[in-house]
Amino acid sequence: MKLPIFLDNHSTTPMDPRVLETMLPFFVEKFGNAASRNHAFGWEAEEAVENARKQIAKLIKADPKEIVFTSGATESDNLALKGVLEMYKEKGHHIITSSTEHRAVLDTAKSLEAKGLATVTYLPVDKQGMVNPEDVRKAITDKTVLISVMLANNEIGTINPVQEIGRIAKEKGILFHCDATQGVGKIPVDVQAMGIDLMSFTAHKIYGPKGVGALYVRKKNPRVRIAAQMDGGGHERGMRSGTLPVPLIVGFGKACELCEQEMAKESVRLAAMRDRLQAGIMAALDECYLNGHPTNRLPGNLNISFAYVEGESLLMGMKDIALSSGSACTSATLEPSYVLRALGVGTELAHSSIRFGLGRFTTDEEIDYTIKKVIEIVNKLREMSPLYEMAKEGIDLKSVQWAAH
Amino acid sequence: MAYSDKVVDHFNNPRNMGSFKKDEEGVGTGMVGAPECGDVMKLQIKVQNDTIVDAKFKTFGCGSAIASSSLATEWLKGKTIEEAQKIKNTDIVQELNLPPVKIHCSVLAEDAIKAALADYQKKSEAK
Repeated sequence: MKLPIFLDNHSTTPMDPRVLETMLPFFVEKFGNAASRNHAFGWEAEEAVENARKQIAKLIKADPKEIVFTSGATESDNLALKGVLEMYKEKGHHIITSSTEHRAVLDTAKSLEAKGLATVTYLPVDKQGMVNPEDVRKAITDKTVLISVMLANNEIGTINPVQEIGRIAKEKGILFHCDATQGVGKIPVDVQAMGIDLMSFTAHKIYGPKGVGALYVRKKNPRVRIAAQMDGGGHERGMRSGTLPVPLIVGFGKACELCEQEMAKESVRLAAMRDRLQAGIMAALDECYLNGHPTNRLPGNLNISFAYVEGESLLMGMKDIALSSGSACTSATLEPSYVLRALGVGTELAHSSIRFGLGRFTTDEEIDYTIKKVIEIVNKLREMSPLYEMAKEGIDLKSVQWAAH
Repeated sequence: MAYSDKVVDHFNNPRNMGSFKKDEEGVGTGMVGAPECGDVMKLQIKVQNDTIVDAKFKTFGCGSAIASSSLATEWLKGKTIEEAQKIKNTDIVQELNLPPVKIHCSVLAEDAIKAALADYQKKSEAK
């Protein structure tokens, strides 16, 4: 087993060597511009792009023409929200979204709000991180033009009832955007069955290259229009100008094809390893709390709060395992995870959370090692924690008058 | 974020980790911080004839908070009460090479020292 171990597959994934292989010819040999209509170099590039478009569309049950290439999911989210709001401004300016969305959606919504271009409803989630479709329905007004709810959460892995939200959106004639960055390639996605009109996703979360993503834009029932946010050569049916990064797109296509072929097997394997990791940790340690939904979650996701120990110190004690924490000490904002806070997790437990992200290349041996290390470091840090000592003495930590700073 | 070698060393080999009984003769206890803020430090001193003969800590917090309190106990041992009052958070920042975002850890350690000294003095005056 090679150290360090990568268990942060929600942040990014290593590229699958099979993906790299398909990309390589498109750097030096087949370098053409896919928009060059008059020579073989351009035709070759265009053909490769169109092939990738098919592979990508197939994974999400869309038509290839409905795929708009972008630089990644952040750009897709921006394009969806800003593009729809601008295009449909005569109809209204109200967006409905949820409080646990990725920052790419939340900050875009806030920016639209700040500029006076939108009013936004941020729906709460339940204790397991799920949006209630009935809350969506109740939030709809005659000014609502867009509902934007994520498929699966990047921190806690909870999967939203997207299909029901899509049905409500259809019924009310409102466009539905879904940030599916964490879900595509991991769980089955069907834009028809789910009633999704726009959907953001990216290659680097599914063992493809960084720097390319897509926005699915529905063409029929209804034909969705968005105002371009980038002016230029009118690429991607006028929705996103800019020369297409052919090698990245070819890699994105291959990555989607592999997911399509291997998802069924891979998700079972990942969920089994994840469950073993959870069981191994929880059997040995008391006062560990699972964050997110116990079953309705991404197969590779596990998020646990370890009471009485702080997240960053946990990460520091396991420096040969790459993980992520909801602790404020690991963020730039000095606030603990807003996602966990939205679930009603107390601030102290939010500081104590660790996110495990398993992926295609995670091995059983790595899981065994991680279980052992987590138990070791949590015990060591609890031994060092005044809070654990007080709790063991029977002191209710909530009753203590803390000298906050 | 990369940690300095000294922070890593204190984190891996904490000095004087543990507790004294709070009501033990000559013991002063300082507890600062709050769980919601992500760090709580408990620092204790044991004083004989105006000199700190032993010190212990327990800390809930990031690696820098643990290192700051571990270092504080090292520095406290052998100092008189008066000398201990003079330990400044900036000394801790310098010794541990703390980056700007971790300065609050050193402030917390200084507060913990002050609180432990105050507790000791309050207890001895009460006698």
